[in-house]
Amino acid sequence: MNNATSPKGIYAIAPERRLGGAAHTALVQRRKAAEKRFRYYGLGALVVSLMFLVLLFASIIAKGWTAFEQTYLRLDVDFATDVLVPDGDRSEQALSSANYPALVKNAIWAAFPDVTSRGEKRQLQDLVSSGASFELRNIVMNDPSVIGTQRSVWVPATAFVDSLIKGQMDRSLPESERKLSDLQISWVDHLLSNGHIEKRFNTMLFTDGDSRDPELAGIGGAIMGSLYTMLVTLLLSFPIGVAAAIYLEEFAPRNRWTDLIEVNINNLAAVPSIVYGLLGLAVFINFLGLPRSSPLVGGLVLTLMTLPVVIIASRAALTSVPPSIREAALGMGASKMQTITHHVLPLAMPGMLTGAIIGMARALGETAPLLMIGMVAFIVDVPKSLTDPATALPVQIYLWASSPERAFVERTSAAILVLLAFMVLMNALAVVLRKRFERRW
Amino acid sequence: MNQPNTLTRIEDPAMAEIQPQQAQPTFSATEPAPEGHRTVGKITVDNPKMSARDVNVYYGEKHAIKHVELDIGTNEVIALIGPSGCGKSTFLRTLNRMNDTIDICRVTGNISLDGQDIYDRRLDVVQLRARVGMVFQKPNPFPKSIFDNVAYGPKIHGMTSSRAELEDLVRWSLEKAGLWHEVKDRLEQPGTGLSGGQQQRLCIARAIAVSPEVILMDEPCSALDPIATAKIEELIDELRENYSIVIVTHSMQQAARVSQRTAYFHLGDLIEVGETEQIFTNPEHKLTEGYITGRFG
Ligand SMILES: Nc1ncnc2c1ncn2[C@@H]1O[C@H](COP(=O)(O)OP(=O)(O)O)[C@@H](O)[C@H]1O
Ligand SMILES: [Mg+2]
Repeated sequence: MNNATSPKGIYAIAPERRLGGAAHTALVQRRKAAEKRFRYYGLGALVVSLMFLVLLFASIIAKGWTAFEQTYLRLDVDFATDVLVPDGDRSEQALSSANYPALVKNAIWAAFPDVTSRGEKRQLQDLVSSGASFELRNIVMNDPSVIGTQRSVWVPATAFVDSLIKGQMDRSLPESERKLSDLQISWVDHLLSNGHIEKRFNTMLFTDGDSRDPELAGIGGAIMGSLYTMLVTLLLSFPIGVAAAIYLEEFAPRNRWTDLIEVNINNLAAVPSIVYGLLGLAVFINFLGLPRSSPLVGGLVLTLMTLPVVIIASRAALTSVPPSIREAALGMGASKMQTITHHVLPLAMPGMLTGAIIGMARALGETAPLLMIGMVAFIVDVPKSLTDPATALPVQIYLWASSPERAFVERTSAAILVLLAFMVLMNALAVVLRKRFERRW
Repeated sequence: MNQPNTLTRIEDPAMAEIQPQQAQPTFSATEPAPEGHRTVGKITVDNPKMSARDVNVYYGEKHAIKHVELDIGTNEVIALIGPSGCGKSTFLRTLNRMNDTIDICRVTGNISLDGQDIYDRRLDVVQLRARVGMVFQKPNPFPKSIFDNVAYGPKIHGMTSSRAELEDLVRWSLEKAGLWHEVKDRLEQPGTGLSGGQQQRLCIARAIAVSPEVILMDEPCSALDPIATAKIEELIDELRENYSIVIVTHSMQQAARVSQRTAYFHLGDLIEVGETEQIFTNPEHKLTEGYITGRFG
């Protein structure tokens, strides 16, 4: 063809198609435009996802940050001897069951001596949280010498007063649609004006268990439940997962069985978590008879769920160790075991840890399987062992999210913030570990 | 040969002239030696350190080494040469049973070290690999300190009884490998931070630290620059005094410089063995001649 007419040994490309020719220039321009477009698509996608994230955070923080403060009332309490120890019995048992609510009532009534009618006294009482009597009991139990003296004590106000102080209650609504009466509002304003009402950092949120009274409800129990659950999960899933990965990667023969196992591990990683919950219910609770609602069972179930993730990540970490390192060790006369423990594992460890932490972060946010094994109950006490009934953070969020009270709404968001903080912390830990142990070869 | 390129095709008249010569009736670079080929030259030596008899290696169905018989002499350097994929590395790795680590690899025949069968079931392969050390193509120090690299072997084999003794052995090995003066002030730094040539000498120091009797080297200089290569070659020449060395090399000059005997492999067959001088000046087999004269490879 036209090649025949070209100078010897050079393929004759049509002039406009040569590098720099008209057709070629157009091609380059099209390519550049396409590359630019591609970049903008990526940027757009990033902006959209960031926007969702910001929106999510903004709404949670806006709803939740107020829960980190709680309104407290100052009561001038008279630890009257005749109320606390009417029959002179000062034993610990008698003191712990003394009539503290009466002290609270007397104190708040004393603050408003003008209030005399029964109905109004009742309303006055309703400003103070039932947690106030616990507060007073703690004071007396810690130091019985306060009996017979007077003291001013800060006690939590009810959630309605709290809402009013935080500006969440609409004063312009007709009285019948408000949770506080006009009279109660005027008392609160009075207390506020003479400095007997104050907002303080809400430590109860972090130390207390769940409660019917929103102002007393905390995530302390849920956090401890989650910690115990995670402890069980970590202690089981990491060693078992790593050992399984090492066996599969380094020792198992390549045959139909190991292929089958491999496929199934990958499948297990994709099994919906609620299925693990059902399995846990059937095996650990109904068959093995382990205590319901306990972090032990929760941890076992989450271990089942996390194991495939840990195994897959650990195997990937093992395969990424360069074969030249294994050859070097084997060539020195290191046994297979020595090669693995001295060289392969240290190099694979960051990857394994990262996998485990990411698996744990997923388990921390898991709710469905815990519902199945009864970690969804209303539990007031903070769990003190692996077998105590407990809830976990995400379950607590689920429980509170269905309560309509304003105070529970803000606590729901606060709990979400705490959960997210834990997640961020764990992921940051994964990054730090990876950086710290990263080695080049 | 140049594939016709879509953009340019440069026709080189010189190529066309060479081609007819290369087409030989009986032997070609891409065809194996005829069935039942017997190695040309003397495969035995007077005082063998290792000897291989009727060694066959299979990767699954693939017959990678065919009926190879070869002695490795005491205190000699023997070079294995041949085109890529002819089985040099495979044969080398049968000598310290590194092929055991490849699932599909199967070895038959007999290989002995000091008259003892190394494929004997009762033999501890870990100990064998301490006696027959290996240096790889790509320098592969452990991602540990220089000291730990050299100390690793003696540690796992329990060869020293005190820290001082271990330090002494590490120093001796590094000196022997000609690396001591370059690294003595940074023994705690990672071995992977050294230059390529230094890394390879570190690997040699690591190998000799466990007092091997034979050292296998698989193209130890192919990743190094000429100066580093010259240093390694010098080192090999010195090491010959105390060790038997089997070296695979792609460079015929290198084979000629460092070895006393040379074995030429071709597609799994051991074609010819002989004194290095004789192989390079007066090869007996047509295939050997074809390779060393650079007609294929
Ligand atoms: N691990 C392996 N699995 C399968 N085939 C292999 C393996 N290693 C080498 N081979 C094959 O064996 C033959 C010899 O390879 P090798 O010994 O590496 O050659 P050389 O070192 O001479 O270049 C080649 O054809 C190669 O494809
Ligand atoms: Mg090779």
